[in-house]
Amino acid sequence: MSNGQVRGQIVKVSGPLVVATGMAGSRMYDVVRVGTMGVVGEIIELRGDTASIQVYEETSGLGPGEPVVSTGAPLSVELGPGLIGAIYDGIQRPLNVIAKMAGSYIARGIDVPGLDHEKKWHFVPKVKPGDRVTAGTILGVVQETPLVEHRVMVPPGVGEATVKSINEGDFTVVETVVVLEAGGNEIPVTMRQRWPVRRSRPAREKLPPNEQLVTGQRVIDAFFPIAKGGTACVPGPFGSGKTVIQHQLAKWANADIIVYVGCGERGNEMTDVLMEFPELKDPRSGRPLMERTVLVANTSNMPVAAREASIYTGITIAEYYRDMGYDVALMADSTSRWAEAMREISGRLEEMPGEEGYPAYLGSRLAEFYERAGRVKVLGQEDREGAVSVIGAVSPQGGDLSEPVTQATLRIVKVFWGLDDRLAARKHFPAINWLTSYSLYTDRLDEYFRANVGPDFPELRDEAMSLLQQEAELTEIVRLVGIDSLSPRQRMILDTAKSLREDFLYQSAFHDVDTYCSQKKMYGILQAILTFHHKALQAIDEGVRIERISSLPVKERIARARVTPEDEWDATCQRIMADISAEIEAEMASVKDRR
Amino acid sequence: MPLEYTTISEIAGPLIVVEQVREVHYDELVEVETGDGQIRRGRVLEASAGKALVQIFEGTSGLDVKGSKVRFLGKVLEIPVSPDILGRIFDGAGNPIDGGPKIIPEKRLDINGSPINPYARAYPSEFIQTGISGIDCMNPLVRGQKLPVFSGAGLPHAQLAAQIARQATVLTGSEPFAVVFAAMGITFEEADYFMADFRRTGAIDRAVLFINLANDPVIERIATPRMALTVAEYLAFERDMHVLVILTDMTNYAEALREVSAARKEVPGRRGYPGYMYTDLSQIYERAGRIQGKKGSITQIPILTMPEDDKTHPIPDLTGYITEGQVILSRDLHKKGIYPPINISISLSRLKDKGIGHGKTREDHADVLNQLSDAYDRGREARELAVVLGEAALSETDKVFLRFADEFENRFIKQGMNENRSIEETLDIGWDLMTMLPRSELKRISDKNAEKYLAPRLAKASAPAAE
Repeated sequence: MSNGQVRGQIVKVSGPLVVATGMAGSRMYDVVRVGTMGVVGEIIELRGDTASIQVYEETSGLGPGEPVVSTGAPLSVELGPGLIGAIYDGIQRPLNVIAKMAGSYIARGIDVPGLDHEKKWHFVPKVKPGDRVTAGTILGVVQETPLVEHRVMVPPGVGEATVKSINEGDFTVVETVVVLEAGGNEIPVTMRQRWPVRRSRPAREKLPPNEQLVTGQRVIDAFFPIAKGGTACVPGPFGSGKTVIQHQLAKWANADIIVYVGCGERGNEMTDVLMEFPELKDPRSGRPLMERTVLVANTSNMPVAAREASIYTGITIAEYYRDMGYDVALMADSTSRWAEAMREISGRLEEMPGEEGYPAYLGSRLAEFYERAGRVKVLGQEDREGAVSVIGAVSPQGGDLSEPVTQATLRIVKVFWGLDDRLAARKHFPAINWLTSYSLYTDRLDEYFRANVGPDFPELRDEAMSLLQQEAELTEIVRLVGIDSLSPRQRMILDTAKSLREDFLYQSAFHDVDTYCSQKKMYGILQAILTFHHKALQAIDEGVRIERISSLPVKERIARARVTPEDEWDATCQRIMADISAEIEAEMASVKDRR
Repeated sequence: MPLEYTTISEIAGPLIVVEQVREVHYDELVEVETGDGQIRRGRVLEASAGKALVQIFEGTSGLDVKGSKVRFLGKVLEIPVSPDILGRIFDGAGNPIDGGPKIIPEKRLDINGSPINPYARAYPSEFIQTGISGIDCMNPLVRGQKLPVFSGAGLPHAQLAAQIARQATVLTGSEPFAVVFAAMGITFEEADYFMADFRRTGAIDRAVLFINLANDPVIERIATPRMALTVAEYLAFERDMHVLVILTDMTNYAEALREVSAARKEVPGRRGYPGYMYTDLSQIYERAGRIQGKKGSITQIPILTMPEDDKTHPIPDLTGYITEGQVILSRDLHKKGIYPPINISISLSRLKDKGIGHGKTREDHADVLNQLSDAYDRGREARELAVVLGEAALSETDKVFLRFADEFENRFIKQGMNENRSIEETLDIGWDLMTMLPRSELKRISDKNAEKYLAPRLAKASAPAAE
């Protein structure tokens, strides 16, 4: 156990993998300190008294004979006030503190806690001495940022207990703020909890998702919605805009807390987030987005084993805020790099490989991770619900979706946003291919859409999708025999599909207004395009020429709808709808006159 | 003196196994003395109790099991650096080959470097003018960016890289500037082209060259880019210089990596390349960047030849996932005689939005970029259509776009190898080309910019006709 400290000796070093003997008494996934430098590692295989250890830092300079000391505890994160706004590496070391201690480069053997142990937080009790509490009960709150009220809970594992003493005041995360009493024993409670990252935090009950995670991105919100507590994946070749989509979701999704895991990606991307998020304002509260964001950044050139851990660190933090009753969204960019980290370690362990060298347990690890998402009834006496939604980017090699990581992911996640580099090459962004993508939440969310977006929204959406499908078929015909072979009605379908693509699905992440689209505006634009379509078909039946319809001035107004500011939308929308009727009716009237 | 071992038990490919070693560290530098007194260097790939697996940079030919002596030097591979390193030429293992003296080191640096803390990075945003329209306007390069050139066998990537090295400047002020050039497995002729070009223009005085030729030891190539980048980091972050690093050819580097992996009998990933190739490449590419509080910067232009011009091949593919965009050369354009044959439709600079516009290049830059690429794409679509249906079947608008695409390639993309266009000239050519198109089709430009740049040109064009 933890008092009988295990001390072993290195017998082999190979990249991020270290093998040590004399490790009897240590447990799987215990954290160890390796070598005289004391770099951090984790036991991933035990055989007799020999342990294989994946090391979270550079191993160059380590050699056989050096000591390995077990800490007797699994890899854990510190949970408490101070997480929001922080940027961590894969094993929850704050990168800003590392920068202060070690300069511009990441040095080895640095031991810093995840939370600031010196900083004082103002704790306001929510229970009184004598109250009965259980695991999950909110004991008090701390205003962590202007956006986030941090709820200090009874840690999991504590049974029924009575509050013995509790005080309002300024405390650090390691000072006792509450003393509980259970069965004659005193339990001191601080604002900090520790939790092993590879174990999911317990909840009372898992619930099916029933509410939409609104992302402000039209193609997602309308066609391929994700539910709060749901899972989605974004596979795509490089340059197709995975990271932009992840950033857009981190910026605009209507979650309370965002956990963004940069897993094996570019350093400058994390710098971009660090620069941009404090400046950008949350559309609902007007506060800087950084006040609801936690960043985990283990860039591609940082040690590969810590990359493997970063995903777990991120989701554990997400679960912690879920337990407070928040809606949390976690973005993991990219899960392929995580899988590659697993492959690398597995290769060093000389395990029998599965497909393309990935370990045979790739699928089950991915499933375990995504299954930690969900909407739950959390622990505690109060009736609280929280949710963790997970959106994972996938970087398939060569854009080939048949590769193992994509395939294993698709078996688990409910939403698939397939990025298409042909769309990206045509500068159609977000390059989500509407013909191949899907969301399994569409049916479940239909009631929600009717109540919150528009009573006829599901029908509109289905019609729009069917027009896009027809466009794909008609384009084939046009390519073979030319546009003249189409009937006017068919040409109208092509026109409307084009409008759907360019005026609705296309959305510029870099345009001040277009970057975020409210549900109301999304519904309005869709309604306008389809109303135009219906009226135009009527007009065509009356004998109006399609060229006349295509060149109506209102088309231009519809095209500009997406860049209309939200506060002008109601007026603009009414005008567009009125103009559609007026202009088409005028055309029909002129045809009648000529007769 | 470190202990000498004569206990090599196995030599296989670039690897040797040394037995009965007492103190050995992972990644440690190793010296092997052959029977005839030659010294070769290597590094420890696996350190076990009593046994070490060593990768020999210069190759193992001529080594024997009995007569060779092995010394473990207790440090990682380091390179001596000092300000005098500018103007020098080294081989792929860091030995001077220009006949000059050894570098008197100010310090010795570990060639592996350390990852830059993402928190300490500064975001790249200063525009670099390369004088090449296809890059400056369409795929702008900024200081601290890593922008690879994806090329193919027989395409003029060397000329393009040399031209960039020659012409690259920033528009704001003149700060000390240097070029670090690492050649991995390229031919003598190609290396000579660069060296001659650097000499001719005098750029050699501000350059550091590492040359590993096609017939030089393969495994040395794994160290070459790391040495170059270590020197670049020294010049950039300790000597406040803006460093442009050209790495050519990364394909050869990746093959060397595969060779070592195969010799170690590792489980391969795609196409036999090791599963850790992404991580390995990132440890090279991610050494580009800027750091808060430091004046210098490292901008990287890695060059790679895509096998069969296939960008889904693991080498370009993994590179594209790490770098901040890519400049892709096109065989079709090259065959049409267009230099530089940059295919702007599939090329991309991810950092462009931060580096262009008012105060950086010109306020109309983004409009010109979007409009030209849009119109060129339409022109190319029309061209494809014309191939299937014949040009006569095209609509009038399509014909205009088709002509535009041809003109765009010939006047905008195409330029001389020594032609150094300022960004203003480049943008002006763009506006000239736009006069070919009807205003109603120019949807990507704002009215303000159209008024300022397009209207005078249209007026000029119609003036003689009115007379």
